[in-house]
Parts: sequence; C-alpha cells; structure tokens
Amino acid sequence: MTAHTHGDGHQHPHPRQPDVEDRPLTYHMALTAAVAELLVAKGVVTADELRRTVEDIDSRHPGDGARVVARAWMDTAFKARLLEDVNDAAAELGIDCGGIPIRAVENTRRLHNLVVCTLCSCYPRMLIGLPPDWYKARAYRSRAVREPRAVLREFGVTLPDDVELVVHDSTADMRYLVVPARPDGTDGWSEEALAAIVTRDCMIGTALPRSDAPRSGGG
Amino acid sequence: MMRFHPGDEVRVRSWQPPGHIRTPWFTRGHTGRVVGMLGTFGNPENLAYGGDGAPRQPLYRVRFAQSELWSDYDGRPGDTLIVDLYEHWLEATR
Repeated sequence: MTAHTHGDGHQHPHPRQPDVEDRPLTYHMALTAAVAELLVAKGVVTADELRRTVEDIDSRHPGDGARVVARAWMDTAFKARLLEDVNDAAAELGIDCGGIPIRAVENTRRLHNLVVCTLCSCYPRMLIGLPPDWYKARAYRSRAVREPRAVLREFGVTLPDDVELVVHDSTADMRYLVVPARPDGTDGWSEEALAAIVTRDCMIGTALPRSDAPRSGGG
Repeated sequence: MMRFHPGDEVRVRSWQPPGHIRTPWFTRGHTGRVVGMLGTFGNPENLAYGGDGAPRQPLYRVRFAQSELWSDYDGRPGDTLIVDLYEHWLEATR
C-alpha cells in the first residue's frame, strides 16, 4: 500500500490496484506480441499501420448499427436494401463495414432472431463494435443454441408463446445483425431519437428496443 | 456448381476430423433444410493452415428444427436454428 495526501490535510493508504503486467503472459498473448513485433521488424507493416488498424477496430461502436436500424425504420426502401446487403446499405450512411459480409435478420411481431457464434466470437464488429465478454463466454455460446428462451429470460426478454424464435449460429463467412422491430409509441420520433433506443443487445437479439427506455445523456 | 438448392433436405456428415472445423458438433448427423445460398468461399479447414482454400466451397444456410437437434428441447415446437455450413459437410437424404 502507498500512502498519499489528497491536498486536504488527510493522508491514508489505498490498496494497490494490480497492473496489467502483474499477471503472467498467456501463450497466446506472447505469441501475438511476438508476431506483431516480427511483422514490424520485417517491414510487412509499420508500427503506425498496426496501431491505426487497432484504433479503427476499437473506434467502432453500437451507435453505427443503431443509425442503420433507425434509418431502416424510417425508410422502407432503405430497409429493403439493408436486408439485401448490409455492407452496401451502411455505406450509404458513410459507414465502412470492411470486407466481411454482414446479413440482416429482421424481427417482427411473430418472429424473434437471436445471434450467437458457438465456435468462437464471430460478430459484426465493423458495424457495432467489439462483442461483450458474455458473447464470447462458453455459457452464452452453449446455452443460446440449447435453451435460447431461458437465456432470453435471463436477459429480461420473455417471448410470448406465439412468437417463433430463430437462433443464428454464425459459424462461417457471414456476420449477422438483428434488425429489431420498431416499438409502439415511437410515431413521429426523429431518426436520432429512434437510434438512441437501439442498443447493442437489440442488435444481437438479447433485448428489445423500448419507447420508454431511459435516454442517455440525461437530456 | 451448387449441389443443393433452397428447400432441399440435407444431412450433416458425422465426420470427426481433427483441425479447424467450422461445422458445430451439435449439428453433425442431423437433418435440416437448405434455406439459402451464400456464395462460395475458401475452405476454412485449409485456409487455417496457410493453404489457399481451394477448392472453394459453396456455403449454405441450413435450418434445423430445435427438436431435431435436442430431444428434450423445451422451447416452442416451431423454434429453429440456422447454421452456415459448407457443401462438403452436407449429404442428400435421398
């Protein structure tokens, strides 16, 4: 523990927070670092190119996907194009989803879609950012295909019996985006207001957008 | 040339090869129906080890009844699961 002052005359110790390096490197952490250093040392990529790529991936966020969904709610022609080709439709809004094709699956009053990757963590990262830790966890990956309605209940979503549930296991070369159904009570809302209720989980299928959802930003 | 078409009933092969396999275990040996075609892609079982992925494989969306995959599935009877599967893992049921 280290003692320090807060400038207000009182002095007390804080428990020491562990640093990243306090845990041993795993095999794959060491491998990743070694490969990255080799790529730079051999001039295959520059350190700046590597950094920029990581920064680009880290800058992706669910807000981009939410904009796409909100536009689809406002514009049926756009929605048709989105269901045909997500990458092209997103490009119309200035969002570059990269080369991996993303497909949209649309929720309706009678149909609910849920996305999982049982084999790893395939996810439309270039449109909605990095996946949450639970998406990569064995518990979600195994249970989402085995007992999806129970999983949804744990997320707070109880599907009525007359709603068909389709689970999409993105095992291969496609990524999947759930286009949630526009909730009642949102007539006349602006595209920005609509986008604000389309959360990350809505686009995975573990949540439903709500017109009474608390708005972020305290506004 | 696509061997299967939407509406075709297919069975996932019960192979158990080692390596980088994109066919989930829980689908192997089970029967589903082709609901879509996604194009052709390099074979990941070859790409994963530095190969060129040839011959490229058609990729299908295959829909399974949950009750076909899990004998004790306790959801609704109409619930289904759709998996993307490469052609060499599929065989015709008749």
